[in-house]
Amino acid sequence: MEITVNDESYTVDVEPEMPLLWVLRDELGITGPKYGCGIAQCGACTVHVNGYAVRSCQLAIGDLGDSKVSTIEGLGSPESLHIIQKTWIEHQVAQCGYCQSGQMMQAASLLSTNPDPSDDQIDAAMSGNLCRCGTYPRIRSAIKAAAKKIQGS
Amino acid sequence: MGRLRTITRRTFLIGSVAIVGGVAFGTYMAKRPIKNPLLADLEEDEAAITPYIKIDASGITLITPRADKGQGAYNMQARLIAEELDIDPVTANITPGLPGPAYYNGTVLEESIPFPAYDHSAMAENIRKFMHVPAKLFAMQITGGSSTVPDGFVKLRMAGAIARETLKKAAAQRSGVARDLLKTEDGSVVLPDGSRLAYTELAAAAAKIEPVTDVQLRPSSEWKHLGKPTERIDMPAKCTGTEKYGIDLRIDGMAHAAVRANPGVGAGVESFDANEAESMRGVQQVLAIKNGVAVIADNTWRAWRAADAIDIKWAVGPYPASTAEIFNEIENVVDVEAHRDHRQRDEGDVDEALEDGEIFEATYKVPYLAHAPMEPMNAIVLVTDDKCEIWTGTQIPLFVRDHAVKMTGLDAENVFVYVQPMGGSFGHKLENTHVLQAIEIAMAVKGTAVKLVWSREEDMTHDYLRPGAVAKGRGKVADGKVETFDLSVGQSALLPDWFGRLMGTGIPGPDATITTGSWDQPFDIPNYRVTGYRAPVMVPISSWRSVGASGNGFFHDSLLDELILKAGADPLAERIRLCLDDTSIKVLEKVGEISGWDGSSMGENRGRGVAFCMSFGVPTAIVSEVTRTEAGIRIDKVYVAVDVGEVLDPVNLEAQVFGGVIFGMAHAMNCETTFENHAAQQNNYHAFEGMRLYQVPEIEVVALSNAKKIRGIGEPGVPPAAPSLGNAIYAATGQRIRELPFNKQIDFV
Ligand code: FES
Ligand code: FES
Repeated sequence: MEITVNDESYTVDVEPEMPLLWVLRDELGITGPKYGCGIAQCGACTVHVNGYAVRSCQLAIGDLGDSKVSTIEGLGSPESLHIIQKTWIEHQVAQCGYCQSGQMMQAASLLSTNPDPSDDQIDAAMSGNLCRCGTYPRIRSAIKAAAKKIQGS
Repeated sequence: MGRLRTITRRTFLIGSVAIVGGVAFGTYMAKRPIKNPLLADLEEDEAAITPYIKIDASGITLITPRADKGQGAYNMQARLIAEELDIDPVTANITPGLPGPAYYNGTVLEESIPFPAYDHSAMAENIRKFMHVPAKLFAMQITGGSSTVPDGFVKLRMAGAIARETLKKAAAQRSGVARDLLKTEDGSVVLPDGSRLAYTELAAAAAKIEPVTDVQLRPSSEWKHLGKPTERIDMPAKCTGTEKYGIDLRIDGMAHAAVRANPGVGAGVESFDANEAESMRGVQQVLAIKNGVAVIADNTWRAWRAADAIDIKWAVGPYPASTAEIFNEIENVVDVEAHRDHRQRDEGDVDEALEDGEIFEATYKVPYLAHAPMEPMNAIVLVTDDKCEIWTGTQIPLFVRDHAVKMTGLDAENVFVYVQPMGGSFGHKLENTHVLQAIEIAMAVKGTAVKLVWSREEDMTHDYLRPGAVAKGRGKVADGKVETFDLSVGQSALLPDWFGRLMGTGIPGPDATITTGSWDQPFDIPNYRVTGYRAPVMVPISSWRSVGASGNGFFHDSLLDELILKAGADPLAERIRLCLDDTSIKVLEKVGEISGWDGSSMGENRGRGVAFCMSFGVPTAIVSEVTRTEAGIRIDKVYVAVDVGEVLDPVNLEAQVFGGVIFGMAHAMNCETTFENHAAQQNNYHAFEGMRLYQVPEIEVVALSNAKKIRGIGEPGVPPAAPSLGNAIYAATGQRIRELPFNKQIDFV
């Protein structure tokens, strides 16, 4: 099977029902997407498929077709930060950080479709992503700040 | 050798200065210096002037032995060292190093004594210091009890200062300039003419000289890294998905394992049929392990799938089958003299006061709770004939090592525990069942590294939970004041059991956690009594963020609130009137000020509640404002005041308070772990939701600095969160909810 992740193509030999999450993590060694629940309850595994936030624990690799996957590694790197990552650092959002790849992928997807979200829209977009450390207040302020930056640019 | 002895004695004098004159444990053992573990395999040109700093030609390594579960412990430890060492910690290599007795936590037992934290009498202080002795003797390298900052505050800065002065001494010898004319800056010694000698160049020379140990710590006015907002060193990695947690590690040739252990935790397997599993793709082996079955495969998902395909007949769980039966056992001990564990508070004459007049009585209840950090338990273990290597996130690395020594029969120096950054813990990683399982599996396939990852379901049904507890409260009011307060708490004893798992033998005596957070509150009530009753240990229990205070904070403050309202007094004013500790009074006043407190009513369907708890020495007061809407209770705003003494990192302090308050409220709103057929019923987040973003209120935090001692802030935000919410719900609705979680009786938005 051929898949494209972060603009690179890979050939993997796996069962079609293997979730994308485990193909990424165990077969390709792309560990930014995290396992938290496996049942679409936490959002730690969030990646973009054709630009939209998707729970990679729920997407069987066989259903991916030729859709393009990007992970937090593809969003930006410490050397070249995505605006979301930069704002996340400025707001010191992370505590343990384990949920944050998923949070940032979800937030990036929100802002790419809606660069000026209202509080309710932020709540609606982000409430599928759990954070057991309780970083929510800073997630909220970082999204608002990132939205401002996007509009200013 | 001369050098080694001087260093270690000096270093540990700092942590244990008052042990001199200690009694029970013997002064010889207590004073005996602990070897600097970094000296064991030092290269020719490397210097390890203290156990916390290693310097060689290529750079500076700071050893941060307290584990990072997300609370920012690595950052804080590194900044404490850097403050005196004069380096930019961002440029240093930061690692927890290998565990060792040198890294014992002297402070972790300090508040386990029968003196409340606000008692600063000479006797209380001496006994606190004396508690460093068992911590040292049992080599308690433990992260917990909000103790990283109090334990490291002097010790780590001292390590930095000793290293700095020793490097200056080496520079003085090389340059011929007297040491007191030298300065240090950014990893170099600076000569009067402005020229620089980098620490890395001086390391080899510094390693050969007697260290300078008569050093002075800088006053806070000169701090560069502490006491002001800084960026957490781990922030860039955690905000780019590049932080590597234990679950992300790969070892060459590693296999992936899954386990299914008896959901009746502690009971064994009667039989199992693995025919189907063995024929599944990628499966290498199925084996019986203690209390369960393990699968070894070539991928995590394949291992889990195969484990699910095994048909297992479990032995019956070793405790009552259902939550109702478990709570029956607990209720049965409360107020029964034969089960009394301790009574650390008994003022006035409660029995006489409760003989007649109008007695208020109420029963409160808190559930068992899973820790459920986002990263499930995992470990990689490689066992060969002559060594055992373990990669895992843990708060108890030395105990992990000792358990591995026992299981493998190897010597301690051939067992290596590499502590990994953790995706949360909340006390979960004070236990190590998963590591023991991984060792057992790795021993069956010697030479191959095995990575065991618990599925979320395995994790939440094999947790050592926050114990459920029941409290009976009684009291009386007179003349608008609270006059009598009597609280009886029943719970299984937590610490003796945990200690037994760590040390192989339980500890005798009472278990303070049954009433921690209620017996030790800074109030002066004429008749004031708190008693702990001990239920048998049933389902597995352990420490959960804020430990005993997590339930007791709710019991104590809810009862107090009810009595105050009964007396017709103002909830905030009466708490202040009853409070006997100045630092706590200021915290209560501050929360009143920032919340604009003018009574608990805020108009129709709205209300505010105040709650207070002192835990881990930190007085913490919370005011919550709520509205009753059509869809349920909405939490509008939360105000928090704390006092940790000196604030070392205001940005992270706020984050920890946010986290603690949300953790406390989230579980109070909708979480519990219940049992049926001996098995925990909530096995994933759908049934253990906590708070989601849309429910999270704005939270305002103020930290005061009136306290005498510096304290940690990872836990103190938790205990008052639930009662402040409960008190606010009462103010808004008139409905008093005495049992958690609240959503059994009321909806939330
Ligand atoms: S792991 Fe996919 S939503 Fe939790
Ligand atoms: S930062 Fe730890 S779970 Fe979100």
